[in-house]
Amino acid sequence: MSRLELRHVRKAFGGLDVLGDISLSVGAGEFVSILGPSGAGKSTLFQLLTGAEHGEGEMLFDGMPLDDHGRHFAFMPQRDALMPWRRILDNTTLGLEVQGVKRKAARARVAPLFAEFGLAGFERHFPAQLSGGMRQRAALLRTVVQERDMLLLDEPFGALDALTRAAMQRWLEQMWRHHRWTALLITHDVREAVFLSDRIYVLSARPARVLREIRVPLPRPRDPSAAQQAGAVEAEILDILLNPQPSKGHDHD
Amino acid sequence: MVSSSPSRPRQFAGLFAKAAPAVMSVGLLLVAWELYANYSGIKPTILPAPSRVFEQAMLNREALIDNAIPTIRATLIGFACSLGAAFALSMLVDFFQPLRRALFPVFIVSQTLPLVAIAPLVVLWFGFGLMPKVMLVALVTFFPMLVALVQGYEATEVEIGQMLRAMGAGRWRIFMLARLPSALLYFFAGLRISITYAVVGAIFAEYAGAAKGLGIYMLNAKNNFRPDLVLAAVGVSAALTLILFGLTALLQRLAMPWERIGRQPAGQGR
Repeated sequence: MSRLELRHVRKAFGGLDVLGDISLSVGAGEFVSILGPSGAGKSTLFQLLTGAEHGEGEMLFDGMPLDDHGRHFAFMPQRDALMPWRRILDNTTLGLEVQGVKRKAARARVAPLFAEFGLAGFERHFPAQLSGGMRQRAALLRTVVQERDMLLLDEPFGALDALTRAAMQRWLEQMWRHHRWTALLITHDVREAVFLSDRIYVLSARPARVLREIRVPLPRPRDPSAAQQAGAVEAEILDILLNPQPSKGHDHD
Repeated sequence: MVSSSPSRPRQFAGLFAKAAPAVMSVGLLLVAWELYANYSGIKPTILPAPSRVFEQAMLNREALIDNAIPTIRATLIGFACSLGAAFALSMLVDFFQPLRRALFPVFIVSQTLPLVAIAPLVVLWFGFGLMPKVMLVALVTFFPMLVALVQGYEATEVEIGQMLRAMGAGRWRIFMLARLPSALLYFFAGLRISITYAVVGAIFAEYAGAAKGLGIYMLNAKNNFRPDLVLAAVGVSAALTLILFGLTALLQRLAMPWERIGRQPAGQGR
């Protein structure tokens, strides 16, 4: 049932424990968030998944150990990482190009998605000509068009202003309902996690451990009518983050 | 689609407005020089007036052109060699970081060699032909280009590298897709600096010994007590440098369209 499964994953950098003990799972078509304080090593987890770093513990995908050869993930980094010298169209085909798809075929696959991503008419523009929200949508388009098993989203809206971020969250939720991507989102924005996720793993400060796993009980589509219910979940999570159980003599601020 | 660039006449008007202060300051300098040379009683064999320099340059234009050609040739060939070497080495250094620590001290030392001492030696070893000029031009331009390229590769956005790695790109792919284009801005900055060294390097080499060239022309003119012709040759070399500088700027505009177009935002809202 669960596609991605991590069991007791740990990672230390030069004696500094970054990931204490992480166990989590993501089911097919499920939107899961990892929520934790800044600098808790959330991004390190993605580095382990994409093979950029190696840690201890078990990482399974569809029951098979993850290795560098099995490429299951499409990764969307913090900020958009669009290449300023490539036009938007060529930025979105990047992943396909790396996979060895011919340029023409890659463009043909990407082009029909521009309208859905609100980028129609901007194919020939350079990234610098686009607003922050449009750049993020282009980055997400570049990510999903790779057609990998699972999306890894690393604080994708962290660099946006509050209003744009809210608009992008609504847009992403709506997109997700259509496509049912299996997705793992890293964020430190409680409201964002509650709004987008089916489940949330709340992490502690470094060394990161799973403090609590929370199933978000809100109906989809997520709309403002459930704001009260969402508020209760947000309050619960904030409480966990701000008053963690004292553990192993580690102090929190 | 992309908003078109401003119309031609407006572009020229803008160019003129930008160039006006430079033209005026140079003009003022020339006028002051002219007045001083004419009315201070200084001998033209010591300080010729700019009008005389220009007049003599026109009279001797065939000799000047004849001598400028070898200088241009040495500059361009030397610079091309230097570019090729800088590219090859910058890539090696980028792929094998320890090489950097091994090689950079050598290159830094090469930059401390006084040209006055090296130029005659290189001529002594390699004769009066094209070879020593090419080598000296390459020597003075190589290091700035190498440093610019290596720094440019390192300016690649970390997240672009991470993303490409997650996409399954190897080191070579990442280099071609991300590191090389990221270095373009640095490359052109280095190009602008070293192209100005290049002409000077060629003239220095010719000064130390050559059959023909602006350098040897200056030397001969000086020995014949013709400062007007020395200055005429200086003018030619300055013009040459300015043209090469302008060409690199033009090349950058052509090679990096996003730097120009990207400045005009087109996206609206969200």
